[in-house]
Amino acid sequence: MLTSLFVNALRFIPDNAHLLLQKTLELAELAFTALGISMLIALPLGLWLGHRHRGLFVALSVSSVGRALPSIALIGFFIAILGVGFWNIQIALVVIGLPPILTNTFFAIEGIDSDVVEAARGMGLTETQILTRVELPLGLPLIVAGIRIAAVFVIATATIAGLVGGGGLGDIIVNEAAYGLAGVLAAALCVSAVALLANALLGFAQRAASRRMAPSA
Amino acid sequence: MTGLRLAGGGPVIPNYGKASACLKHNGWFCIGWVHQHWGDILQPALIQHIKLTVIAVGIGFAIAFALALVGFRWRFFNAPIGAVADSLYALPSIALFELLLPVTGITTTTILIPLVAYTLFVLYRNIVAGLDGVPADVLESARGMGLTRRQTFFRVELPLAVPTIMGGVRVATVSTIAIATIAADLIHYGLGAPIFDALGLPDIFRTELVVASALAILLALTADTLLAALQRALTPWTRIR
Repeated sequence: MLTSLFVNALRFIPDNAHLLLQKTLELAELAFTALGISMLIALPLGLWLGHRHRGLFVALSVSSVGRALPSIALIGFFIAILGVGFWNIQIALVVIGLPPILTNTFFAIEGIDSDVVEAARGMGLTETQILTRVELPLGLPLIVAGIRIAAVFVIATATIAGLVGGGGLGDIIVNEAAYGLAGVLAAALCVSAVALLANALLGFAQRAASRRMAPSA
Repeated sequence: MTGLRLAGGGPVIPNYGKASACLKHNGWFCIGWVHQHWGDILQPALIQHIKLTVIAVGIGFAIAFALALVGFRWRFFNAPIGAVADSLYALPSIALFELLLPVTGITTTTILIPLVAYTLFVLYRNIVAGLDGVPADVLESARGMGLTRRQTFFRVELPLAVPTIMGGVRVATVSTIAIATIAADLIHYGLGAPIFDALGLPDIFRTELVVASALAILLALTADTLLAALQRALTPWTRIR
């Protein structure tokens, strides 16, 4: 039974290529817009707090509360206030994507050896230069790791948005009546492909950032 | 594992006829409703949710630990096991619940299999990272003191890995509590059940949505705090500075 389901799902993909492509693009639009907004907010905030060594408590509580939020409750909550719509789902997705980026950025900058920062200050670098030329490059691997976690979370949550008519591949996954189990599996495989692709690309970026920072003997 | 058969619960429609003014206005927090339905809706859902989480993290930890021992001892297996755990995590949870439904039916097994699969991702990575993180000079000293491979593992590597492993258990527990709510879309069980009941009504029933979600969040934060306390109790040496 499982084998035939897989065969049917693999047949569903070319038969409905247009639909799947369109829904995949919708999902990607939902997820990557939210990821972009999360980065715009969390990166400067995390860099600033980390540089000033302030807000340890904020960074820690944001990360644990952020993980504890059940995404369906969050989406339901914003729909109860604002109704269904692209931007309302965006808010829920940003709330999911923001904590890992903020926490990782904070700890990436905060954890940099204070001797290095002191040395840079002694060399006459301004605070902005210290942040952009010393702390940011050194913290980059951990920052990219945070973006990587956020990307996987946001893609998963964007799928759940289908439960409330949010668009994207989730629409197919929650509509077994119309697309059948094969359709559900095919759409799930597309979501996994997007998530794994994003994960692999950011993993590559993370390794590249660490390699660049590795001491060249 | 024989799954427990579950009784399907119908949606809870608030009785607007003799309801309080708060319920008539669909208020965000009607304390009267919470009082009235703590015993028949909220408390059972909370207990079911705790059961799901404990079983899922327990089984997940056992599997992840066994796999981590394999991946740690024979390096060759580390990358493939990690990749499988990663790809399981990339599968969307609703789809996994839906695909298992025809196989395992309306049972807790259908909820537990995806939950266990998702814990593996975090637990496997953290257990291996914890064991790997033991400094080489510490291992050298252990060897110098004449400890065997097995003694080194149980007396040196494993205790030193506890903070990282417990970090993984905390993340796995908290995210399991969050993901378990989604299963209720298909199987009326746990704290997701009142959440989906509230969302399924023509007007979203705000009090039920808010209270059930708040219980899920509080459960996650409480579990995280308790596990942090357990971690400190297990690693008394980290407190000596």
